[in-house]
Amino acid sequence: MKYPKNGRFGEFGGKYIPETLVPAVQELEENYLKFKNDKSFKKELNYYLKQYAGRPTPLYFAKNLTEKIGGARIYLKREDLLHGGAHKMNNTIGQVLLAKKMNKKRIIAETGAGQHGVATAMACAVLGMKSEVYMGYKDTLRQKLNVFRMNMLGSKVHPVKSGSQTLKDAINEAIRDWITNVENTYYLLGSAVGPHPYPVMVRDFQSVIGKEIKSQMKKIHNKTPDIVIACVGGGSNAIGTFYPLIDTEAELIGVEAAGKGLKSGFHSATLSAGTKGVLHGMMTYLLQDKEGQITETHSISAGLDYPGVGPEHSYLKDNKRVKYHSATDSEVIDAFLLLTRTEGIIPALESAHAIAEVIKVAKRHKKSESIVVTLSGRGDKDVEEVQNYLDKNVKD
Amino acid sequence: MSRIKEKFAELKAKNEKALISYIMVGFPNERATLSAVKGLVKGGTDIIELGFPFSDPLADGPVIQNASTVSLKNGTKINNFFSLVKKIRKMTGLPLVLMTYTNILYARGYPKFISEAKKAGIDGFILPDMSIEESKEYLNAAKGKIDTIFLVSPNTSKERIRKITQATSGFLYMVAIYGTTGVKTGIKNYTIKAIKEVKKQTKAKIPVGVGFGVSSPADVKKYISVGADAVIVGSAFLKLIEKTPQNKIEQKITAFTKSLKKQTRI
Repeated sequence: MKYPKNGRFGEFGGKYIPETLVPAVQELEENYLKFKNDKSFKKELNYYLKQYAGRPTPLYFAKNLTEKIGGARIYLKREDLLHGGAHKMNNTIGQVLLAKKMNKKRIIAETGAGQHGVATAMACAVLGMKSEVYMGYKDTLRQKLNVFRMNMLGSKVHPVKSGSQTLKDAINEAIRDWITNVENTYYLLGSAVGPHPYPVMVRDFQSVIGKEIKSQMKKIHNKTPDIVIACVGGGSNAIGTFYPLIDTEAELIGVEAAGKGLKSGFHSATLSAGTKGVLHGMMTYLLQDKEGQITETHSISAGLDYPGVGPEHSYLKDNKRVKYHSATDSEVIDAFLLLTRTEGIIPALESAHAIAEVIKVAKRHKKSESIVVTLSGRGDKDVEEVQNYLDKNVKD
Repeated sequence: MSRIKEKFAELKAKNEKALISYIMVGFPNERATLSAVKGLVKGGTDIIELGFPFSDPLADGPVIQNASTVSLKNGTKINNFFSLVKKIRKMTGLPLVLMTYTNILYARGYPKFISEAKKAGIDGFILPDMSIEESKEYLNAAKGKIDTIFLVSPNTSKERIRKITQATSGFLYMVAIYGTTGVKTGIKNYTIKAIKEVKKQTKAKIPVGVGFGVSSPADVKKYISVGADAVIVGSAFLKLIEKTPQNKIEQKITAFTKSLKKQTRI
């Protein structure tokens, strides 16, 4: 859907927000619409994406992995090579530039795994803005390298001790800060979630991923990929990957976190196991009980540990354009180790969900077919978590 | 005429403003809620606002967040909430307003939730995350059944105040400050200006109740002197309940309610 009318993707999305935020969200939408096609804004954005962040990122043919699995050709879209170590920078550079155009003096953000927080801190450092980042207390412990990075980059990290102490609660707290400081503060949401226009704006900034995949595949094979896979938490790298390919023949697969299994109750697979509801300003699929209370989620990857999902994904699930599958923690660890050992690439645990899916899918397809996997981030932040997992669960 | 409308008419005749008192159900347990309600009634509150907990109360400050968590941990569910409302309805004829979040209604279905709430004795709803743009289904389900109390903020434009007023019945909830519930900021000049603007735009068609950060008799006095038709006190009641032993709750709440109510008689 090009630009969602009334902020809705079908029945999903909208603006379920406290009245205090209505003028702020309106101001944001007006400015976004004004600048998104503005020549000098686009020029500045492209300059930073290219010269500072390192775009375009390579589309790498993973020869060893392809041979090991024995099936379709596997290509990795190397967002892990983007400055900061994840796709998040595509969005933060765009939004910080927009915040500057809007004369906002203070930037706040939430973060799960810390990648959005780091990308916010970097974009703010280079563009001369002050930033504060809300992060679930549990996440500050399991992703502490990113906390150190944010601190060093000059960003103030607020550990959030309410609720489940993860991404959901970090968003709650960032929204409370925004309500309190609405007059001078810009809320830099990191995923394609929240009230309109965030889901569409974040998608647009992240669509550079899918656009590059399209043109890079055209150069290599003179066609679009047969299958495209990306992991889904809030869903920003996935929507940025899928959106430019929606009108092609490519089969699109989003991969959610099945944690300890979909039946265990310990997972974050919102689209696979959720029901419709309202959270964080949007109507979307949620993990909730029958009474509408949001349930606690689990994933080995902090970045996917979220009970909601971007509203456009809910729409694409219901109209069946995208299939949503899931990978368990154990499958993810296997995929993490396999990619690390075959290609010498350490993926983020989030991105390892997409790798787990390609392991299942590639062998069912012919060598003449091609699969693109968005490798949304690198896994340096996760090595301690993985080592702990391996120590507890003996694996080869 | 709705109970809320009748109450405001009755107060007007007596030259009084309204005290609206908020408590979270099941905080710290159901017995405490019933004791607190008795105290509110004895102390002379005009309207009782009952909070139903939501896991993610993003418009609320730490006091109500904590009360929500405790209430949910104690097993507060919609059906036992409706039973509790029925008990309260037997104790008092005062208007009862429910404050919760949109997803609680949406999960059960707006028509079903509203009918059941009405049957139990609820007179109106406050949903801080329900913007008028998304309210069509909710308003259709509520029409002729319960009052829909929307909120305005100090930064709400004149045009929006008029639109929101059209969708509102019972009273209009004016958020006093930039912030969440229960945060003490003192009384700001921008709030006083905003109250005057809202009064101007609503043209006395609907009472204006001021809430968020209203916690003491002095606050009540001040907001009423600048034109509020009602004041809403919430977190201050929860703090009092939290520090008071169970057998003293009724008595303490009665005394505090009296001290607040006194300031609404002009």
